[in-house]
Amino acid sequence: MSKRKAPSGTSRPTTYREALREGLREALLQDERVFLMGEDVGRYGGCFGVSLGLLEEFGPDRIRDTPLSESGFVGAGIGAALGGMRPVVEIMTVNFSLLALDQILNNAATLLHMSGGQLSVPVVIRMTTGAGRQLGAQHSHSLEGWYAHIPGIRVLAPATVDDARHMLAAALADPDPVLIFEHGSLYNAEGALDEAVDAVDLDTAAVRRAGTDVSVITYGGSLPKAMAAAETLAGEGISAEVVDLRALRPLDDATVMASVGRTHRAVIVDEAWRSGSLAAEISSRITEQAFYELDAPVQRVCSAEVPIPYARQLEEAALPQPATIVDAVRRTVS
Amino acid sequence: MADFTMPSLGADMDEGTLVEWLVGPGDDVTKGDVVAVVETAKSTIEVECFDSGTVGALLVDPGTTVPVGTRLAVIDTGSEPPAAVPAPAPAPAPAKQPAAPASEPQAAPGLTTTGSGDAVSTPLVRHLAERKGIDLSSVHGSGKGGRITRSDVEHAPADGPHRVKASPLARRLAQSSGIDLSALRGTGQGGTIRADDVRAAAAGPPAPAVESHAQARPSSATAAPAYPARAAIAALMSRANREIPHYYLSTKIDLAVAMAWMRDRNADRPVAERLVPAALLLKSVALAARQVPELNGYWKDEAFMPSDTVRLGVAVSLRGGGLVAPALADADTMSLPELMATLKGLVSRARGGRLRASETADPTLTVTNLGDQGVEAVFGMIYPPQVALVGLGRVIEQPVAVDGMLTVHPTVTATLSADHRASDGATGARFLTYIDRLLQRPEEL
Repeated sequence: MSKRKAPSGTSRPTTYREALREGLREALLQDERVFLMGEDVGRYGGCFGVSLGLLEEFGPDRIRDTPLSESGFVGAGIGAALGGMRPVVEIMTVNFSLLALDQILNNAATLLHMSGGQLSVPVVIRMTTGAGRQLGAQHSHSLEGWYAHIPGIRVLAPATVDDARHMLAAALADPDPVLIFEHGSLYNAEGALDEAVDAVDLDTAAVRRAGTDVSVITYGGSLPKAMAAAETLAGEGISAEVVDLRALRPLDDATVMASVGRTHRAVIVDEAWRSGSLAAEISSRITEQAFYELDAPVQRVCSAEVPIPYARQLEEAALPQPATIVDAVRRTVS
Repeated sequence: MADFTMPSLGADMDEGTLVEWLVGPGDDVTKGDVVAVVETAKSTIEVECFDSGTVGALLVDPGTTVPVGTRLAVIDTGSEPPAAVPAPAPAPAPAKQPAAPASEPQAAPGLTTTGSGDAVSTPLVRHLAERKGIDLSSVHGSGKGGRITRSDVEHAPADGPHRVKASPLARRLAQSSGIDLSALRGTGQGGTIRADDVRAAAAGPPAPAVESHAQARPSSATAAPAYPARAAIAALMSRANREIPHYYLSTKIDLAVAMAWMRDRNADRPVAERLVPAALLLKSVALAARQVPELNGYWKDEAFMPSDTVRLGVAVSLRGGGLVAPALADADTMSLPELMATLKGLVSRARGGRLRASETADPTLTVTNLGDQGVEAVFGMIYPPQVALVGLGRVIEQPVAVDGMLTVHPTVTATLSADHRASDGATGARFLTYIDRLLQRPEEL
């Protein structure tokens, strides 16, 4: 995976999973108010192994296993945040977060407004999203776009080891609720962690690869696919710029529009279902703000509008793939 | 009773081919209706009739070539019948087959297809559309077989120009570089005009289409002229060079004031109403022609015949090669916005090969503007029987001396090719100087 800036010369290989764990450790070490809770985060070491070893290091007060009751423990996290703590709540997958949607939307996102500015809710909620691992329809959907619809929360989608390592600290520093979506296919992804980077911002998108012919706008688990597609296209003489949104709410329009202003074409890659997707929102913003820069219709590469299939070939066919991104780019530049 | 005859559509035309009748016996026509399409060596022209009444017999079949003045049809104007005249004998069989008319599906008799689309309409409907400034190809026909009815036209929005498929960026670029999108061929999906197509047009001759969209070009390995009009141009220009003793003058005109005035004026107007430099230049040439009548008229029978109106010919290069010089009638009395609108229509009709007879009548003075081809100055050849031709080059930023200081201003080189039989250098100089003076007071144009 490429990084936000040129390596400083001091970078070390790590995985997305380890980068997340380092971020958690650092947060737990630096601030007494921080604690982690969720299903299987303690004894099991996290469903996806992110919190492995943290229970042993920090003890059961700060690494808390919860029952299978998303509404309950997310509500508890919101209460803890109101009470002065800095909870990090882990939800196993975004599919199950719907049980806590009431807490997130009706409490976390609204309390500041409904209390006339008196009550901030500094909770951080992490969850896994996305498909590609043959986990079937109930574990594979991409619903972060639904959360990006909600005013009052910040929605993040780290796609690189640097962002996985540093976004948590920035999220904890935010006085309002922050949701972090970790794409399940990224945990094992390896990358070079830039040791010169000690903080990242949560407000800007990043150009992960510069190009001149088309802007491929994506985030999270689709970033590696977009990068692979850009590599293939480069072999055909098509220069694709890849933009990683990083933050899904609020969106960084300026970076997107600047890129489209350079390339005059846009392909949006979003693993969510096409209708009413975040990709649709970005496409709208491009036509609102950069219409006179467009030299071709905006294209979207999204998932098929079906429950994500379990069978490998069907699952692959349902999701955006490097080949389908390449096709969409060819359509827009031809 | 009145005769409808093969019109003379230019000094060099002695015969024409009737391509298509747009009316049938029994149709009512009004003066000014387009009733037939005639092909000359230069282009395909829509011919209007000069009388109102009922069409009688059609005396010439489509595809026949006849001399100028031949009776093509009789129009019953309600007055006494004309003397019986035998149907004309066709002209001696032409050596070459007349070129096929611009490929158009054969519509029912009395119907025609518009040049730009496949809309089927009657002459009446076309006349109405013409009056309202509606492009029939953009009108949905509600009649039988998609035929456009009178009410379709009456209810069509009269917002004019034919819709061109172009990307937003291409539109913006075309607008800023003053390029007419309707004259471009798009290389995008479904023929959409893309930014590259506009850039290519702005850069000069059309660049070859992108490989994947390239259309096979017929290779012309024949010794025949590249296209029918070439032979006509060749004949006319040879005559000009043989018979007319040309003299040439050139002057550089500072356009700083004119361009600044134009920019200010355009700033608060919608795109459709903005001017381009060509409009100011043409208007000033027309006014100068009125001021210096020795250059506005014809050399006929060893004498100069001044014209009391200014019909400004505008040389338009055709996409398939060749050129035509349709006329802007009364260019000297038109307001700038009128001139701009007329010019736009003229150029697109010329390129579409559908000029009207009234636009092809001989100009009294012609302007050739090769600025958009990137040249600084053009010294042209006079179109007989005219006695002068004005050449306009590209508007370029150039160093100029102003009040003893050096500065950079937009300038244009205006040239005059004039017939030394009709005028002398001093007259030509007065003409060019007058153009310069007019352009220093653009608000009075």
